[in-house]
Amino acid sequence: MVATSFTPMASLVGGALIGLAAVLLMWATGRVAGVSGIAARLFPPYEDGEFAGRLAFVAGLVAAPLLVRLATGSLPPQTIEAGTVTLIVGGLLTGFGSVWGSGCTSGHGVCGLSRLSPRSLVATVIFVAAGMATVFVMRHWS
Amino acid sequence: MAILIQFVIGLIFGLGLIVSGMSDPAKVLNFLDVGGIPAGTWDASLAFVMAGAVAVTFIGFGYVLRRARPFFAERFYLPTRRDIDSRIVAGPAIFGIGWGVAGFCPGPALTALGFGSSSAFIFVAAMCAGMVLARFVANLPSLTRFVAPADPLET
Repeated sequence: MVATSFTPMASLVGGALIGLAAVLLMWATGRVAGVSGIAARLFPPYEDGEFAGRLAFVAGLVAAPLLVRLATGSLPPQTIEAGTVTLIVGGLLTGFGSVWGSGCTSGHGVCGLSRLSPRSLVATVIFVAAGMATVFVMRHWS
Repeated sequence: MAILIQFVIGLIFGLGLIVSGMSDPAKVLNFLDVGGIPAGTWDASLAFVMAGAVAVTFIGFGYVLRRARPFFAERFYLPTRRDIDSRIVAGPAIFGIGWGVAGFCPGPALTALGFGSSSAFIFVAAMCAGMVLARFVANLPSLTRFVAPADPLET
């Protein structure tokens, strides 16, 4: 594992930006800023005519580091220790589980919690607990 | 115009992920590692990301949802279900395991693509496959025998 420093201010400001984006999306399109729902609907079956907007949102997510690099000349640290098999297993579980449970960290954890949705509260408690349990097993059970 | 706005909103979301540190899986895993509390390696930052985001959306949604309609749409599309079914338990449990395994949830994984790492690309490809599979399974005839009728008052 790689040690990381506690960054309460940067994380609070970054979180506020995420919240701002969610509010702006609700204002503009009337839809919840849930990344798993938006990404999953880039693939068929298509149920509405919002494909282009969803693609634009995802393009913005991908373009953000390019903008940061352009503006500051560098990028903050990003350490990915997982190997190929772990990445594939983690990706499959993350993709399947977030769609099966109707949302991920953004849809349930941010938008749902702020709307006081009981389903989102249950989902958030479960995915944080499952994530903590998984890391505990992987790091401390050997 | 609506498309361009959604690109800019995605950009702001991505900036938030980068500034907050969520685009770094090491930071996410150190938050999830409560077993690291005694050794002092636990990184509580992610709780502040959540707090900042929820505070802004809680207040912001209050204002936005009081408007007659969204700027580019006829109506608001809000999840209204409040029941706790098996999928709202199983889905997040599966997602949480995947999150703990690699340290990526969907948003940061997509933003990580822009960092140019091949690891992020592998994760996102697998994630998309998982998403397509979940929608396929959810739409199987054996799971869609019962559907709620469309609201008769809906125009």
